[in-house]
Amino acid sequence: MRPILLQGHERSLTQIKFNAEGDLLFSCSKDHVINVWYSHNGERLGTYDGNNGSVWTVDIDSESRFLVSGAADNTLRLWNVATGKCLYTWEFPTAVKRVAFNEDDTKVVCITEQRMGHKCAVRVFDINREGEGTDQSEEPAYFFNPIGSKATVCAFTLMPNVIITGHESGKVALFNYKTGEEIESNERAHSDVVTDLQLSKDRTYCVTSSKDKIARIHDIKSLMVIKTYTTETPLNSAALAPTRPYVLLGGGQEAMHVTTTSLRQGKFETRFWHKVYEEEVGRVKGHFGPINTIAVHPAGTCYASGGEDGFVRVHHFDDSYFKAQPYGVVEIDD
Amino acid sequence: MAATTDDIDYSDIEAKYHVQYDDSFDNLLVVDGIPVIDKSKLEKLLAKICKEFSRKGISIKPDDIHMPWDDTTGKSQGFIFVEFKNVDDANLALAAMHNHPFDAKHQFKVNRFTDIERYEQLDETYVEPEVEEYTPREHLRAWLADPQGRDQYVTYRGEDVEIHWHGKPSQSELAMKPDWKDFLYVAWSPLGTCIATLHRQGVRLWGGSSWKPQQRFAHPLVKLIDFSPCEQYLVTWSNEPIVVPEGAPQGPQYLSPDDEGNNIAVWDIKSGDLLRTFPSHADDTAAKKQMQWPALKWSPDDKFVARVTPGQMISVHELPSMYLHGKKSLKIEGVVDFEWCPQGDKDREDAEKDAQAASSGSGASAKAVKKARENMLVYWTPEVANQPARVTLLGFPSRAILRQKNLFNVTECKLYWQNQGDFLCVKVDRHTKTKKSIFCNLEIFRVREKDYPVEVLELKDTVTDFSWEPKGERFAIVSSSDPNLGNPGPGITIKTDVSFYQLEHGNGKNDFKLLRTLSSRTSNAIRWSPRGRHVVLATVGSSSKSELEFWDLDFNMDDAGRREGQVSKDEWGSGIQLLGTADHYALTDVEWDPSGRYLATSASSWTHTLENGYAIWDFRGQEITKQIQDRFKQFIWRPRPRTLLTKEQQRQVRKNLREYSRAFDEDDAAEESNVSAELIALRKRLVDEWNAWRARSKAEFLGEGHKTGKGTDSRSSEKEEIEVWIDEVIDQVEEEVLE
Repeated sequence: MRPILLQGHERSLTQIKFNAEGDLLFSCSKDHVINVWYSHNGERLGTYDGNNGSVWTVDIDSESRFLVSGAADNTLRLWNVATGKCLYTWEFPTAVKRVAFNEDDTKVVCITEQRMGHKCAVRVFDINREGEGTDQSEEPAYFFNPIGSKATVCAFTLMPNVIITGHESGKVALFNYKTGEEIESNERAHSDVVTDLQLSKDRTYCVTSSKDKIARIHDIKSLMVIKTYTTETPLNSAALAPTRPYVLLGGGQEAMHVTTTSLRQGKFETRFWHKVYEEEVGRVKGHFGPINTIAVHPAGTCYASGGEDGFVRVHHFDDSYFKAQPYGVVEIDD
Repeated sequence: MAATTDDIDYSDIEAKYHVQYDDSFDNLLVVDGIPVIDKSKLEKLLAKICKEFSRKGISIKPDDIHMPWDDTTGKSQGFIFVEFKNVDDANLALAAMHNHPFDAKHQFKVNRFTDIERYEQLDETYVEPEVEEYTPREHLRAWLADPQGRDQYVTYRGEDVEIHWHGKPSQSELAMKPDWKDFLYVAWSPLGTCIATLHRQGVRLWGGSSWKPQQRFAHPLVKLIDFSPCEQYLVTWSNEPIVVPEGAPQGPQYLSPDDEGNNIAVWDIKSGDLLRTFPSHADDTAAKKQMQWPALKWSPDDKFVARVTPGQMISVHELPSMYLHGKKSLKIEGVVDFEWCPQGDKDREDAEKDAQAASSGSGASAKAVKKARENMLVYWTPEVANQPARVTLLGFPSRAILRQKNLFNVTECKLYWQNQGDFLCVKVDRHTKTKKSIFCNLEIFRVREKDYPVEVLELKDTVTDFSWEPKGERFAIVSSSDPNLGNPGPGITIKTDVSFYQLEHGNGKNDFKLLRTLSSRTSNAIRWSPRGRHVVLATVGSSSKSELEFWDLDFNMDDAGRREGQVSKDEWGSGIQLLGTADHYALTDVEWDPSGRYLATSASSWTHTLENGYAIWDFRGQEITKQIQDRFKQFIWRPRPRTLLTKEQQRQVRKNLREYSRAFDEDDAAEESNVSAELIALRKRLVDEWNAWRARSKAEFLGEGHKTGKGTDSRSSEKEEIEVWIDEVIDQVEEEVLE
């Protein structure tokens, strides 16, 4: 099907997310705006205004009631999804690079940038879901500074009090956020910055992408590398396609080098790799700049990619995508 | 004060500045063969000896000499002791003065003082030297014995060298990953026997099946190398003039102080000995023009090596002595460039027969065999004063001028020999009277025919590339009339035409005739298959175009029925067929494998950093493999030596080709089914492993995951459909109807 081009941002995309049902798509960008779209037709539902800096990250709870965003204006904000009202604002000394809800929406983890003498910090907040949502505690429930290389991405795991983090050095680690203790780590998961980390639907494994041109699937408990996908371009995002055995990888030449390379050279394509065979099965072209973020519909019926070019492209999969059995009929667990 | 200074402990300073006296006898030499004299002549003799020494550059004084006397006769004993300043001087004197003739009757015999004692105690009885056990060396051509007849290639990427086998997909494997370190690049020898790496210290050759070091040549900071055609000699070049530091090891394999300041060195590959060094005489012209490499050009039989001194002469040196042939160079005023005529298969046979006849020693049989063709070289001189430009074909070593052709309005000449030495093409860039435009003439010498007839093809365009079909009678040219030619800019791709010409037989006249012109291409490189017939046109070095065209020039010719002269029966030029096109983005190098079945293209990070890597295609342009690798630098096929089969054997093989190919077809079929079975098995294993892991991790998390309350999957598993009817009043208008 023809991709839907969402032209609502003036600057490069930083993160896009589907809600749990997949009918809404949230996108944030360096132009300070968060947009929400209908995923089925690309119509814009509204915006969340108020940030005074590049919005680096968003996450949405499972009921599509609250939205959290982290931005370069050093704030973490809680929004009402339906009304677009900012419910609460936390202020930090440095920019917020990554936020994530836990699986029952009671907690939010955020990573703040290491800058101006402030160390990279991980904070976990309890979200008060009673009432309007404006009554939140100012202080984080838990706070710690991960030692060593700074964290770039994170997510809650199913293990109690444990989050998984990806680091600038390429390390992937598990932290107990109550104690700040590193439980498990894989120092050599990647050899460059971990750019994205997305969990499988049941949160038992995760896929990471890195500037070292490699994406990997890790077991979330042991952090063992299960699968490796080696491409020829730095990767910015990796996503898992539910129902079909594919992973989607996006990236391209570094944004700063883009002007010196041709479109062809940039490799601004979404790559589909077979999850189990570790073989590339296809590519989708379209962006004029590196792909910064990819998200797949929770039911696996469409995917969206956001690029450095400021566009979000929503691709609904054709029937053939679901029917094709390029490797014969094989039962593969999701 | 004085008292205190006495107390100062100077021992540390004394120790620091303590002069080491050389109290060994190493600087003492014993010189034998001195005339026996009486005391009256002593002073005169000592002065004479000192003079003899100082003539060789070692200064000694009469005081350094001790002459023992036979007190009973009052005469000297015929030898002296000489003390030198240091051991180095003594060594120098030993080398220079040993066996030095002093006068008609006397010859110096120089020995170290310390050695004399040793000689005294020498055991006089003869001991049979132990015969060293013969350890067989690895066969340097072991790779040719590969049962599948695969070829090899080397890749150099980042800091890693890999040598691969190339065959069918299942047989293509890594042959060796040597841990060679810190070198500039790798190069095969021309027959593929060994591979060279260029290090800071010099060149190293590796070979054999285990890739052990075979030889080394200590030319520091070497930048370029060139092998002689028969792999007997090696030429190395460094941009830094040779400097021999003090105390550097000396010997036949090392550069000596005499070589200082030179840039080019010639080495014997088997022994590793340095044969001779040359200065890079291009000093004056280097600034203007790029240095020519190879600077030394080898005759095809390795007997001669020649170099040109632009504008003056060609100097031909004999091997292995490296003396100037005939003790004088070929003085040719204005000479710019020259080329040796390559040796054809027939010439080589003749030469071998000659050599056999010569070794058998009978003059009669030598005459009976047709004499092998003499080496030939061709050179050109530009227009000077009133003289026209000239191309000259010269026999060597006879130095007889075989053919000379005068040319006018010449800007530049390029010399192209066909690889069998049958034809020579001189590409002449000519300018019009006004010197405003340039056009091109091809002067083709038919070297095998009597009187060396020359044919001229006049072309209107500029010819940018010329290439003979190996072992064939065809050539291809790339010509262009693009106004951008000559001033390349970013994003400019020059439009070119590619033309094929072929020698037309019959009608008592042999002429080269145009076969076909392919117009408006961007191709700028012609690569003939080493077996002829197939040719690839490539666009190299362009950032926007990177096409490869695979052409067959004998398409309508059945391989089995291929005979000489059949072409003329078919319609002229009808056999040209495009087999396929391909694209390798930003390719920098195109190379056929030695068998002519595969083509390798590579994009080297030395030229640019876009999509570096290599690809291998078959002769039809089907991609066999493509590797995109960061920091990829070099891809070279391993050359093969000439076939060892005799003509008779080759004919047999060709005759029974069908039988052979049946066996190969069976092999292929068996393998294909094998491969797919293997792949299926591998995939099944991967799926099983994945499913097992998923099951395990699910089981592990099942408890924990559901403890936390809302499981994500419990909700999404059921899809509920809600139908909602929405009544929306868009507009309500009340109208009063008037009756």
